[in-house]
Amino acid sequence: MNIVVPVRLVPDLVEEINVDPGGTALDASWLRLIINEFDDHAIEQAILLKERGGGQVCILAPSVEGVDDVLFTAAAKGADRLVKLEGLTDVGLSSHALARALAPAIQALQPDLILTGVQAHTDLDGPVGPLIAESLGFPYVGYVASVTLEAGSASVRKEYPGGLVAGMEVRLPAVLGIQAAEKPPRYVAVSKVRQAMQTARIETQAAGEIDASGALAIQRMFQPEAAGRATMIEGEPAEVADRILEILRESGIV
Amino acid sequence: MALSAGSPPVASTSEAFFGKLYESKDGERIRRCLQCGDCSGVCPYGYLMEFPPSRMITRLRADEFDEVLASDAIWLCLSCYACTQVCPKQIPLTTSLMTRAKEELLLAGRVPAELQAALENSQRYGNVLGQSPRKRSEWAKGLTPPVPVLSKEHPSTEVLWFVGDYPSYHARVQGVSRALAKIFHALGVDYAILGADEVSDGDSQRLAGERGLFEMLASKNSQAFGKYKFFAIVTSDPHAYNAFKNEYPGLGISYPVWHHTEFLADHLDALRPLLTREVKARVAFHDPCYLGRANGIYEPPRELLGAIPGIELVEMAHNRTMSLCCGGGGGGMWLDGFHWEKAHTRTSEWRVQEARTAGADILAVACPYEPVRFEDAAKVVPGAEGLLVRDVAELLAEALGE
Repeated sequence: MNIVVPVRLVPDLVEEINVDPGGTALDASWLRLIINEFDDHAIEQAILLKERGGGQVCILAPSVEGVDDVLFTAAAKGADRLVKLEGLTDVGLSSHALARALAPAIQALQPDLILTGVQAHTDLDGPVGPLIAESLGFPYVGYVASVTLEAGSASVRKEYPGGLVAGMEVRLPAVLGIQAAEKPPRYVAVSKVRQAMQTARIETQAAGEIDASGALAIQRMFQPEAAGRATMIEGEPAEVADRILEILRESGIV
Repeated sequence: MALSAGSPPVASTSEAFFGKLYESKDGERIRRCLQCGDCSGVCPYGYLMEFPPSRMITRLRADEFDEVLASDAIWLCLSCYACTQVCPKQIPLTTSLMTRAKEELLLAGRVPAELQAALENSQRYGNVLGQSPRKRSEWAKGLTPPVPVLSKEHPSTEVLWFVGDYPSYHARVQGVSRALAKIFHALGVDYAILGADEVSDGDSQRLAGERGLFEMLASKNSQAFGKYKFFAIVTSDPHAYNAFKNEYPGLGISYPVWHHTEFLADHLDALRPLLTREVKARVAFHDPCYLGRANGIYEPPRELLGAIPGIELVEMAHNRTMSLCCGGGGGGMWLDGFHWEKAHTRTSEWRVQEARTAGADILAVACPYEPVRFEDAAKVVPGAEGLLVRDVAELLAEALGE
């Protein structure tokens, strides 16, 4: 079983986020990148599958600042192969462009299963998983919270809003958008990451051509603007209630 | 524990663990254990542990340490030094046995989730609270006179104030930092802080079993220290104090260090005339584990409190070497949920109850973990609602007047 996990790094929201002077992108000079939380779950799910049924786990990531730490941490958890893709330095890269750039590298790894985070806070033009599946002609199931492998197929648990859960079977190779791994991503001791830095090797590959067609064009990016539209209603509770009802009627809500 | 003839030369879990104990300072003393059980009796959570310290040693000797490592009860250990303090054979139980056992669980990835978050935050942001490293000195914003920060333009100072995680970021404990800044200014101390160059001292992470993380943080602090000139470090955090005094030297990082109560007591002749405002209260002092038992400092905080006009010092049932941990040590600061699940009580509540029994209006503390833990506990202990929790520095700053 050859499991490939493409991951992306996203701006760390612990740090302040600023819009660049052009007004259509984030100011990259102040950004600090962190692994997309859902991709971290995808790595954990891949390691859990490997521990249960054997196989090889390969992590694939764009070559941006901080990527080595992400890859070595994955190796310390049990990933076998680490690949970083040169030429994908733009952190604001659209999912369309990212999926097209990742697809040839994923294909070259001849995966049986591709696990990736179901979403990222930077995926303005939709999650990257279905776009990868489209590029490779593989089936896709998103919002997956559990995976069981069988010969030539996978049984997955897919979560729907409102607490609904579906059991599905998908033929392999397939792309799964991981909502949550079966267990929270494990802790890996700093000494183990250090060990991985000594023993694991990061391969470098050129990414495919960057083609953002089909993505959204950002017209304006801005901080939420404060507006003073609230009205305080004074008076006895009964009067206030009458006034609220009046407002709701006037605006056609009730 | 001898290998029988013909068996493969593979060390059992117990043998391997025994070997690791030997590597730690005075670890070989484990052989002297009398099995008196004092350690387990004095341990605040010993009654809940499947394997309190003495029983861990029993299992180790019986070549059954696997059983100890299969239990997660070791995370109840607060690294409070109570066991080490009472051991008649001076076995370093806290630093060797208990910490090594946590290291084993941590390397196996068996870490309670809440502790995991604190460790990951320390790795990534250099502080356990997961705050932006750039905002480390924001607590000092707007203070007059301003708190000096070391930089290329200001590369030397007499006293390097190592602020620490909670005093830098935690809204309640930032008040202690502001109070200390006020006292330093009143005394005319030549001091400065590291600002964004400072990272967590790492001591509690070490005692929670994350040795590698501790070394990583120590090396970052060492690089920051190396950029500037100073004569001594002063810190309000007994955990940082313990790290700089007892652990960093082993990594080749050696500086004289003072706890703020030690430093201020040393300046008491200059400070006393400035303490003009009366603080009318009965005050009980809580000895922090890492100031008291771990480092033998009991009197300086009491001398300072005694110098404040109006304060009447009272002692709680557990004081000095017998002090009771606030519950925050050894990773306890990030294991509240786990401890509650196992114990359904908090040592901080017992402590607040003791302060109340002693008739104290104010529980004085000297560790950044404590204001938060004791104020939280006072909210739920009947009759303790009115108890105030104040760092010694806050009481001194109050007594300074304007």
